[in-house]
Amino acid sequence: MESHRVTVVEKIFSANDQVASINRQMFDRAGIFTINIMASPGAGKTSTILQTIRALRPAFRIGVIEGDTAPVTIDADKVIAEGMPAVQINTGGDCHLDAPMLQAGLAQLPLEQLDIIIVENVGNLICPAAFNLGTHANVLIASVPEGDDKPYKYPGIYRGLDALILNKIDLLPYVPFNQEYFRQGVEVLNPGVAFFPLSCQSGEGISAWTDWLAARVAEQKQRK
Amino acid sequence: MHELSVTENILNIATSHAQKAGAKTVTDIYIVIGRLSSIVDDSIQFYWDMISENTICFGAKLHFERRPAEILCLDCNQKFSLNAELSPCPHCNSMSLMVLSGEEFWLDSIEIEK
Repeated sequence: MESHRVTVVEKIFSANDQVASINRQMFDRAGIFTINIMASPGAGKTSTILQTIRALRPAFRIGVIEGDTAPVTIDADKVIAEGMPAVQINTGGDCHLDAPMLQAGLAQLPLEQLDIIIVENVGNLICPAAFNLGTHANVLIASVPEGDDKPYKYPGIYRGLDALILNKIDLLPYVPFNQEYFRQGVEVLNPGVAFFPLSCQSGEGISAWTDWLAARVAEQKQRK
Repeated sequence: MHELSVTENILNIATSHAQKAGAKTVTDIYIVIGRLSSIVDDSIQFYWDMISENTICFGAKLHFERRPAEILCLDCNQKFSLNAELSPCPHCNSMSLMVLSGEEFWLDSIEIEK
């Protein structure tokens, strides 16, 4: 038998990326703006989503896709209680959502009635960064109690973000968190990324974030 | 822990290229991973041995080439490699840095027998 070297040079996530681009086409045809929210567990993904719904509810109809590792509907139930459609995706223990999982979840949402879809990824700072979902904006929620060193320790997830939220700023007087050091790491990995310090508890800073999102949604509607 | 789906992707890509090249068996698979890419540990080889059974890739050895991230210092204009956490420029201690590369994650080549 002869031995041969065959050049491949193919991205390992190419199959996922193909489904992601199909998802993106579906969003664009429907004129829906979609965001993928990533964060560590407890950073405030669901709280931020609920605040976002309350702020934008008068103007837009928002669907939510909740990624969880187990069949718990706590997060989806909270969204439904706010009067918006929500779908639960149980990843069966997987640490992230991928594009095919999102595609399956989308089939259960009334796309023609929606302006925004918010995808709540599994709480994790490593794996979700690797899987493109086809959403328009990747949003990371960092939070003050996690510490200011996270961009340095988890550089992968800080790359490729379209917006960065720093939640729980009401705790800044009580927790050591050097904002300058935090911002410096972010700026290296993702220069000029839209940055929204806010508190879901006090409501401070929420409107800057929701104004940004509303402007993106309006742009998407014009493009359609 | 997304190593299982990563391993499945590697198997699919390797199998398809091996079949196109008319391979009887695949002996080696070369993978490039950048420092800023997803974190993938050695458990891939463990999954690999399970899921590649009964395919032409069974028994193939996985080789990982881990590439450091290349960083440019915007103050002293020197480049340096990053193997660990994001850290200041080793030449001038500046944090005004630009990432040049480090997000590679691809299957580079395979060694086959015909």
